[in-house]
Amino acid sequence: MKTVTAEQITDLVAELCIRANRELPGDIERAMRAACAQEPWSPARRTLCTLCENIDAAREGALPVCQDTGLACVFVRLGQDVHIEGDFNAAVNEGVRRGYREGCLRASVVADPLRRENTGDNTPAAVTLELAPGDRLSLTVLPKGFGSENMSALAMLKPSDGVEGVRRFVLDTVRAAGSNPCPPIVVGVGLGGSFDKAAALAKHALLRPIDRRNPDPFYAALEEELLAGINCLGIGPQGFGGQTTALGVNIETMPTHVAGLPVAVNISCHVTRRASGEL
Amino acid sequence: MEYRLQTPLTGDMLRTLRAGDRVLLSGTVYTARDAAHKRLCALLDAGEALPFPLPGSVIYYVGPTPAPPGRVIGSAGPTTAGRMDAYAPRLLDLGQSAMIGKGMRSPEVVDAIRRNGAVYFAALGGAGALMGECVRSARVICWEDLGCEAVRELQVCDMPLIVAVDSLGGNLYESGPAAYLASLKER
Repeated sequence: MKTVTAEQITDLVAELCIRANRELPGDIERAMRAACAQEPWSPARRTLCTLCENIDAAREGALPVCQDTGLACVFVRLGQDVHIEGDFNAAVNEGVRRGYREGCLRASVVADPLRRENTGDNTPAAVTLELAPGDRLSLTVLPKGFGSENMSALAMLKPSDGVEGVRRFVLDTVRAAGSNPCPPIVVGVGLGGSFDKAAALAKHALLRPIDRRNPDPFYAALEEELLAGINCLGIGPQGFGGQTTALGVNIETMPTHVAGLPVAVNISCHVTRRASGEL
Repeated sequence: MEYRLQTPLTGDMLRTLRAGDRVLLSGTVYTARDAAHKRLCALLDAGEALPFPLPGSVIYYVGPTPAPPGRVIGSAGPTTAGRMDAYAPRLLDLGQSAMIGKGMRSPEVVDAIRRNGAVYFAALGGAGALMGECVRSARVICWEDLGCEAVRELQVCDMPLIVAVDSLGGNLYESGPAAYLASLKER
């Protein structure tokens, strides 16, 4: 049995909030620079170049890459041999509060969806907890911007719709999103489970680096095919036209009911941020 | 074409611009996004004065991050303009001259742009650190309770923008992808 204190959790969450917002993950930055080198349409290349300069400006100035510093989505993998001393949820929220204050990050959360009063400190976080064997506590902070979140969609397809139905729904969702989610985008696809699990899978898919394919060759091929299909739509960086509409497509799946084929598409922008740490 | 423009933007200047033109904008812009637009329209409903003069104004759809020590503002890139579509035609009809945001607009907004000889500029979404560097001063002029959504008066210098919808209704979100796809056929 290992003991982890609330203070340790708070410290780590605060650090991850700041790091995630100032520094893009390696896979996303590499994909942006590669897209900039490979984009055949010159106005689009110019846009991508400027977006790469912005990554540098954020790093050099210790500034957030994007002003939408997101809803703090916190993914926790809790070893079952870990004992937490103190209030876990309060510790995570205190970490978000402190990280957003000390990092000069934007408070973008309203306390109620209809009455809409800003909580002032970006809390509460959206916490996803998963139990695992062992005595480690792993944390990932994914600050999720809502320009792209708003363009996400879910469909309860019929089993007869099959892979063709999934392909159509993903492409239709990206086409309808157009310029709004700040392309080039990253697309998380959740397949199977139930209504709620499909959405959770789609968000989870954004945690995987985009240069790592699904371990199942069938879905790895589908990821590549969907990416190629999206990059034939012509939307391009910022929706001004071009080849680079998406940087990556990640699919996560789980078993589902004999009668169903839930599919969720969680769209993320070119500022797809995540930072991880372990206690 | 590339232009260097200074506010206030005249009608002649606005009518010269075409979708796809690049602009470096300097001068005064006001920030307002969802919550501020709702309040602006509530003031109009009540027949009360707005916190800034609407005729000739440029409104930037942005909620900046707090200014770190030694800076006037943090990151300050555009937010999705489509969320302001419900309010924009009314403000354009009352003389607002330009909007800065990102992403496509509704047909109603494009009509209002054309009707009023206005312009919708796109700033690069997700380039908040670079956009913040163009801001020389920032001052909250009202609704501080809205936090990042408060209305601010910004003085900007050479803010890089692209004309997304021009006064004739030309729309880069349609013409840009179409031009790229046409180029593929020519290859």
